[in-house]
Amino acid sequence: MSATSGPGPIVSFEKVNKWYGEFHVLRDVELVIARGERIVICGPSGSGKSTLIRCINRLEEHQSGRLIVDGTELGDDLRATERVRREVGMVFQQFNLFPHLNVLENLTLAPMWVARVPRKEAEARAMAQLERVRIADQARKYPLQLSGGQQQRVAIARALCLTPKVMLFDEPTSALDPEMIKEVLDVMIELADGGMTMICVTHEMGFARSVADRVVFMDQGQIVEDSPPADFFNSPRSERGREFLSKILGH
Amino acid sequence: MSAIVHAPVPARPAPALGTGVGAWLRANLYADWKNALATVIILLVAARYLPAIYQWAVTDAVTARDPNACRALAHSGACWGVIAEKYRFILFGRFPFEEQWRPLIATLILVGLLVVSALRRFWRPWLGLVWICGLAAFFTLMHGGLLGMSAVESARWGGFPLTMILTTLGIAAALPLAVLVALGRRSHLPAIRAVCTVYIELVRGVPLVSVLFMASFMFPLFMPSGYTPDVLLRVLAGIILFAAAYLAETVRGGLQAVPAGQYEAAAALGLSYWQMQRKIVLPQALRIVVPGLVNSFISTYKDTSLVTIVGLYELTGALGLALRGDAEWRQFYFEGYLFIGLIYWIGCFAMSHYSQRMERALHTGNRR
Repeated sequence: MSATSGPGPIVSFEKVNKWYGEFHVLRDVELVIARGERIVICGPSGSGKSTLIRCINRLEEHQSGRLIVDGTELGDDLRATERVRREVGMVFQQFNLFPHLNVLENLTLAPMWVARVPRKEAEARAMAQLERVRIADQARKYPLQLSGGQQQRVAIARALCLTPKVMLFDEPTSALDPEMIKEVLDVMIELADGGMTMICVTHEMGFARSVADRVVFMDQGQIVEDSPPADFFNSPRSERGREFLSKILGH
Repeated sequence: MSAIVHAPVPARPAPALGTGVGAWLRANLYADWKNALATVIILLVAARYLPAIYQWAVTDAVTARDPNACRALAHSGACWGVIAEKYRFILFGRFPFEEQWRPLIATLILVGLLVVSALRRFWRPWLGLVWICGLAAFFTLMHGGLLGMSAVESARWGGFPLTMILTTLGIAAALPLAVLVALGRRSHLPAIRAVCTVYIELVRGVPLVSVLFMASFMFPLFMPSGYTPDVLLRVLAGIILFAAAYLAETVRGGLQAVPAGQYEAAAALGLSYWQMQRKIVLPQALRIVVPGLVNSFISTYKDTSLVTIVGLYELTGALGLALRGDAEWRQFYFEGYLFIGLIYWIGCFAMSHYSQRMERALHTGNRR
């Protein structure tokens, strides 16, 4: 099954709201993402962008509105959540590899225990993904023996092992030393070129410009702008967007 | 100002530290004046007391099983004769004298099981089967009543085998229970959380002695009339419930030390609650708390000495039983306590040494 199969959008937010205690972190979010689309979400710190993508695999629960992922509405139904998580891969800012398992075991764990793939096949799949992120020679090492860039590439490979329909990236390069950012972005660009549906929270504006179909700009829990990257970077329509761009591109 | 360009500096070996006896002595015994002063004080104290201890324990000691010779010493020398005379009673308690080969073999089987289980290369699925067979052999030998062995009820078991079986089964059952209780105390379900919290706080709030009394005397009252579980089982249940409450809090400490990102990554991969705990959280949490767990294991090992108060004569109880009723040897308690102290110490030292080796082995993956 190809990543773009199935009817309807892969993700749709309908008037989604979320509060942390009294703090209104997501406000009337409306966002529809089609299969095969590459979305970059940006915005100042605290604008709710991480919370937004963490709602997509229900690491965060929304409190009102509807959130439908691959035809399944997320809510209190645990089985719906499990079904969605099998279709959604996620890459975290802090990698979150399992330090007590080696690279290969990190990759085969979910296929073997969640998707019930036999060990041999899971390992073959894992090695294929490690080849793809150019790190197959490190398969027997433990995560903390690798550099940050290598760990993040392993994390991407781990998410891909479940052949997800959509990949979420939550600031994947923010914890990396500058010279390692490129190796991770290269992997992400290859992934995008392969047709993967991607939703990335990132401040890498070069990546957004060259890869994204749409840039979603958030501020104070709201989606302020949703436009093609060329439009957003050259002529942001909102005052807040202009301000944000002048800050991150100004030097 | 012109740019400064440095030529590359090749890596050089680190400066050699002194090696050999001389360097070791300097580094450890007189590196500076404080260090040297400590060395001198320790040497003086040793010179003052060691000869006296040596004289008491070796030169002036009586090793013959002769109470009169012992009494003649008036405690100026050790009376090891008491151990030569009583060691079988101390080690096996009231178990019938002619049948004491049975607890001896049973204990060797149990110690053998523990040693085998301590070696990582034997951590295979069949180890569980080996344990079932080993424990079956242990209880068959101890209890008898078949294969031509006379039946010996558990109330007459005693000494070292009793200490070992209470410790082994106590820890083996308490640890899994503790893991469940620790998870329960962190549960999102209020009812489960409350039950686990009340259990921990209640059991930790009372001394083991009262838990054992409850298990031994109160427990049968709640049972259907006419049915009284074996005293060994009741006491074992008390030890398990007591040890698990302490272990649960140690385990909970480990659970809290696992970063939130680990839970999130496991959840994002679609792992269920139990898969997440078993594959991701517990392996990390438990290895963090190995020192605390072993601390509790050692406590449990020594706490078994309290079962004497409900009439089971394990190592400490058996020593009391061996000497209390014997006017000739009664006054040589001290030597007897040194003897069982040595046995306890060997067990505790083995556990603590093993835990250190285990920590080193388990942390290979976490080291850069």
